[in-house]
Amino acid sequence: MKKIGLIGAGKMGISHLAILGAHPDVEVIGVADTSTIVTDVLKRHTSFDVYSDYLEMINVKKPDAVFVSVPTKYHEPIVQKLLDRNINVFVEKPFSLNADNGQKLMDSSRQKNLYNQVGYHNKFIGTFMEAKRIIDSGSLGKLQLFSGNMNGPVVTKTKEHTWRSKPEEGGGCLMDYAAHLIDLINYLIAPITAVHGADLMSFYSASVEDAVSCLLETKNGIHGTINVNWSDETFRKMTTSITILGSKGKLTVDATELKVYFKEAQPIVGYAKGWNVRHINALSPHVDFYLRGEEYSLQIDHFINVLEGKAPNTINTFESALQTDKVIQQIKNHKINQL
Amino acid sequence: MNRILFGDNQFFGVNHVSDEKARQQSMRFKEDISILQTIDVAIEEGCNTFMCTTHDRMLNIANLIRNDAEKYDKFQIYPCLPYAHKYANAVTELGIMGTIKHYVPGNFIGSLFKGGYAMVSKDHVKMMELMIDAELKMFKGISTPVIFLQNVITDLLLGLGMKDLLKAFDQYIRRKYNAEPGYITMNMPKLVDMLASQGIYHPIVSSSINYEGFRMSGGISMYEQALKSGRVRAIAMQVFSGGATSAEKALEYVCSLPNVESILFGASSKENIHQTVTLINHYDKKYHYKTA
Repeated sequence: MKKIGLIGAGKMGISHLAILGAHPDVEVIGVADTSTIVTDVLKRHTSFDVYSDYLEMINVKKPDAVFVSVPTKYHEPIVQKLLDRNINVFVEKPFSLNADNGQKLMDSSRQKNLYNQVGYHNKFIGTFMEAKRIIDSGSLGKLQLFSGNMNGPVVTKTKEHTWRSKPEEGGGCLMDYAAHLIDLINYLIAPITAVHGADLMSFYSASVEDAVSCLLETKNGIHGTINVNWSDETFRKMTTSITILGSKGKLTVDATELKVYFKEAQPIVGYAKGWNVRHINALSPHVDFYLRGEEYSLQIDHFINVLEGKAPNTINTFESALQTDKVIQQIKNHKINQL
Repeated sequence: MNRILFGDNQFFGVNHVSDEKARQQSMRFKEDISILQTIDVAIEEGCNTFMCTTHDRMLNIANLIRNDAEKYDKFQIYPCLPYAHKYANAVTELGIMGTIKHYVPGNFIGSLFKGGYAMVSKDHVKMMELMIDAELKMFKGISTPVIFLQNVITDLLLGLGMKDLLKAFDQYIRRKYNAEPGYITMNMPKLVDMLASQGIYHPIVSSSINYEGFRMSGGISMYEQALKSGRVRAIAMQVFSGGATSAEKALEYVCSLPNVESILFGASSKENIHQTVTLINHYDKKYHYKTA
């Protein structure tokens, strides 16, 4: 049984809290939030201990780990305080507002030998997990090109300001949306190390970008593009798709479907020459409690397993999330240098 | 409840195993009349119950149904609320208070905001009741004998342990709408336990029940045990688990289970609707299903 606290019961936080609340190996020792609307609801209708001051919660309850799901600009000060107190951390994505802060947190966590995880949940979606397996098997041959697309209906008209419209708080399509896609490419193919072109476009937002287009290159020299747009209402929800071309085949994957074409016979067990299509229902691991998607439960199961010493702390670490933050920084710099 | 319930996912671009198919369907059902035409096909096949979310587009479809009262005499709707994407997008766009302002009905909101948001945070049950009323307004005059809480909310309340709000939903639906409350969930056995702890026995619960165990959280055997126990009036949904099993195998499995009172399915073509209804009737005969 692990003692877990949660800071920030917003959209993601409340979802984490429900999954933690239903987890057989977790004792939720407390929830902290600064909004009285939120704390009133939790105090009155749940049995969680509710705090308006997260420091009080961690000082009193001494948790094994804490989930941090607050706007990105607060990640650095809060996570640093947790690490200082030797508390393991799960923090929402993106990891940090700038790579220097992220580096400091990663170094602290490493020095103290603490477990850490960042909420890039796509890596726990069955189709992307299978794509990773196929790519790592080498059955696509030498990788040649990739293209990533991500679309959704977040900002489809000029609107009142929220934190998503403030660049200094981690708003904007690049940090909120593209971060997922960059992180997934880093994971599936190889870390992106060079940005050869970047365009950030605003259609409706006054101070942040609504779309991002980039030319990128990975550490091992594979080139590709990403096109991300959070102002496309023809998509009902966030939709992420990646296509990877190799010398022996081609793979296209999104959260529901994996389509892979192999040029040769017997490429990998269970697959044949030509087109192969697999769906999420055949690829997703089962979970004990489901809310909005298996991946949200699986990422928490994984973190709890890491805390219990049942799994290595290798997926969605501060280190991998920092690589993503660095690419975001490079994209911003590239754009600034053009101006 | 009728044995076969007709669902709405295909109309609103929802497909659990293919985003691509979902997009094709949202093009096919661009016009409200094409949705109603497909509902008519389902009615011709004997499906007189339509289980649907409180999607904005249902407003117009409900109007079309009301305007033809004679034709839809025996027709009934099982509304499922809330349409969560609507609120999720609104919270992103307007914030929590903005969303409440936008969706809670007019008269009350004036007095509410005179009192400031202290009032909002004081009476959550009242807020929930007002939102239920706002969501159900579109179905006024149409028979809605069972009213469901959508799975995102049911499962959120379940995970957070908000038992009292589940109970408040239950009581309000019975009291105000003289209807049976129903619950959609991806965690059926756990939900049945929690409802029982609140004195809610034999609840109507719609959950994934399929041959492959897809989205049957906790495992297929826990679900089968819950069904055998007779503690739940189950509706089987996602019975084809998105198309991986053959229709025969999928429907034989659900028809063979005890205490599955209804089977929910959605389809776009006359052929598929006819095939599904015929197969359910066939397997019901084989497994001696008796209508209540």
